[in-house]
Amino acid sequence: MKSLAELQEIRNKVLGQVNLRKEREDGIRVVVGMATCGIAAGARPVLNAFLSEIGKRELKDVMVTQTGCIGMCRLEPIVEIYMPGEEKVTYVKMTEDKVARVVAEHIVNKQPVVEYTIGAVKD
Amino acid sequence: MNMYRAHVLVCGGTGCTSSGSAKIQEEFTKEIQKKGLENEVKVVQTGCFGLCALGPIVIVYPEGAFYSMVKPEDVAEIVEEHLLKGRIVQRLLYEETIHQDDEIKSLNEVDFYKKQMRLALRNCGVINPENIEEYIALDGYQALGKAVTEMKPEEVIAVVKDSGLRGRGGAGFPTGLKWQFTAQAQGDQKYVCCNADEGDPGAFMDRSILEGDPHAVIEAMAIAAYAVGADKGFVYIRAEYPIAVKRLQIAIDQAKEYGLLGDHIFDSDFSFDLEIRLGAGAFVCGEETALMNSIEGMRGEPRPRPPFPAVKGLFGKPTLLNNVETYANIPLIIRNGAEWFGKIGTEKSKGTKVFALGGKINNTGLVEIPMGTTLREIVEEIGGGIPNGKKFKAAQTGGPSGGCIPASLIDTPIDYDSLIQIGSMMGSGGLIVMDEDTCMVDIAKFFLEFTVDESCGKCAPCRIGTKRMLEILEKITHGQGTMEDLDKLQELATTIKNSALCGLGQTAPNPVLSTLHYFRDEYIAHVVDKKCPAGVCKALTAFEIDPDKCRRCSICAKQCPVSAISGDKQTPYHIDKTKCIKCGVCAEKCPFKAIEKK
Repeated sequence: MKSLAELQEIRNKVLGQVNLRKEREDGIRVVVGMATCGIAAGARPVLNAFLSEIGKRELKDVMVTQTGCIGMCRLEPIVEIYMPGEEKVTYVKMTEDKVARVVAEHIVNKQPVVEYTIGAVKD
Repeated sequence: MNMYRAHVLVCGGTGCTSSGSAKIQEEFTKEIQKKGLENEVKVVQTGCFGLCALGPIVIVYPEGAFYSMVKPEDVAEIVEEHLLKGRIVQRLLYEETIHQDDEIKSLNEVDFYKKQMRLALRNCGVINPENIEEYIALDGYQALGKAVTEMKPEEVIAVVKDSGLRGRGGAGFPTGLKWQFTAQAQGDQKYVCCNADEGDPGAFMDRSILEGDPHAVIEAMAIAAYAVGADKGFVYIRAEYPIAVKRLQIAIDQAKEYGLLGDHIFDSDFSFDLEIRLGAGAFVCGEETALMNSIEGMRGEPRPRPPFPAVKGLFGKPTLLNNVETYANIPLIIRNGAEWFGKIGTEKSKGTKVFALGGKINNTGLVEIPMGTTLREIVEEIGGGIPNGKKFKAAQTGGPSGGCIPASLIDTPIDYDSLIQIGSMMGSGGLIVMDEDTCMVDIAKFFLEFTVDESCGKCAPCRIGTKRMLEILEKITHGQGTMEDLDKLQELATTIKNSALCGLGQTAPNPVLSTLHYFRDEYIAHVVDKKCPAGVCKALTAFEIDPDKCRRCSICAKQCPVSAISGDKQTPYHIDKTKCIKCGVCAEKCPFKAIEKK
């Protein structure tokens, strides 16, 4: 170990992993619907894409969890994003390709990608 | 970097390991692979969570679901339901963590954790002790970096001194002062030692810190070495702690690999090397001079003091010796400053203390409380009270060197000086809770048996004196004691206290002195009435069958292992006291509760 900066580098690299174990109420939650309907519609690759995208950007205080069926199986895979102090945003018919944009625009820049949200779906 | 969405933390502390947590971890790895989740869910082995009574414990994050008493058969269900489908397995959750609306409470809201403040145990149950990077991620080695690159050795000592930290091994000597003495001592070579020879019956604080967060101790020892001018350190640990030894060795190797031990740490002129020395598990080797003898390869016998280790210690060189828990506090103090630490605890006892909570208490385990917390808070709130609705009788602190605190003093704040004042001592942190079924004479005898066993034999007061005391106690518990014996006990105890060579002998009479003081009536009951009020001392108890309650079913006679019970359909059953061995089986089996212990 040569310097504090070097130590800091290791710290930052690993923090994202260990941070998950902290008791906390704030932070951003990405919740992926992973009931049978969600999985069948391809929720798992979406979830993995979120994980790798968040990992790539070394984002802290973002947790990715799964939940059961939300009830709109025809719109699966559904992903809900909870930001502290904001209303939740529900994305529908998610695909792996859409994930990078959601992470960049919504999680990083706090601008929901309106065209992917449930409000944009035409019945 | 691979990001995991969930972490499964499996406790790998001694308690949970002995109830099979290794097997559970194995099952998790297997089941997670079976479901193809190995890239999403990470399984981590951690140190002690503290709530050993509920082990094996598994915590799943990010939800913070606290699963208790997990069995290998439960693992598949947790993986399938919780990790795959996102449905928490309610039936396995620690009840205290469930809100009325089925939401999970944060662990900090649970009674067991609410009043705790985990400083020395900060990383226990949070990080993987075998992974240095996880320690670094939670600010590990920052304090060492700060000390070596930004502070002069005198400044480091000043911070430790100002913090008010006192030795956690039991005696409570100001740590900063010890550092200063060692730094000021003349010598071409100095050493830094860590006392991990925790030997009190029922104590497992130091062990758990080394098992759960070994790097905290390594980092602190390096800081100490920098402050006092040493370049070589030893951790003296008993070989009876295999998990702690293994994880400490892994941690030392990793620290060397990362250049946090070795030459030119943080590109400075400071070099420090650390080695483990195994002890064979003699209690006296926890005494500092005996410990150093043992490291040097000699018999673990104490040397007279002075000279103190700070002047003439290991291999005749100035040596700094601190206990594991003392060290565990150091990185925090350097990082956050003396003022921060000074705000925790009481005026003369700063910071927190870890206790191994055992005996007649619901939440057996490892707790860390700010100094000044009362015994009542520990027993009733954190400890969850006494099992089976029994009454609290006394608590024993300080193990074989400490004393008993009676129920009347349950509101005593726990700090060094208050405990000394009431005739006990902080000790290294064993806290044994006793209920109404405990005989205080028997407890004193138990601890004295331990010291007689562990006395090294070098000085007469300890070798002969404690043996004589034990003989008197045995006489009393056998119903042959006299009132003069009590005076003799008192006299012997005082003499040994004043004349023994080392701490072991000087404190050995404490359990007898404090029980004589607070529970004299119980001694008198043994001596004068020939009765053991708690019904523990076998020679003083007798089983009798109440002829009015006896329904002559003959169950007791059939159960008696020595055929001491006779009777038939016409005559009530009767116990022959000359044959009876007082095992109590008859009383336990009697369906009509006709047999009483008297």
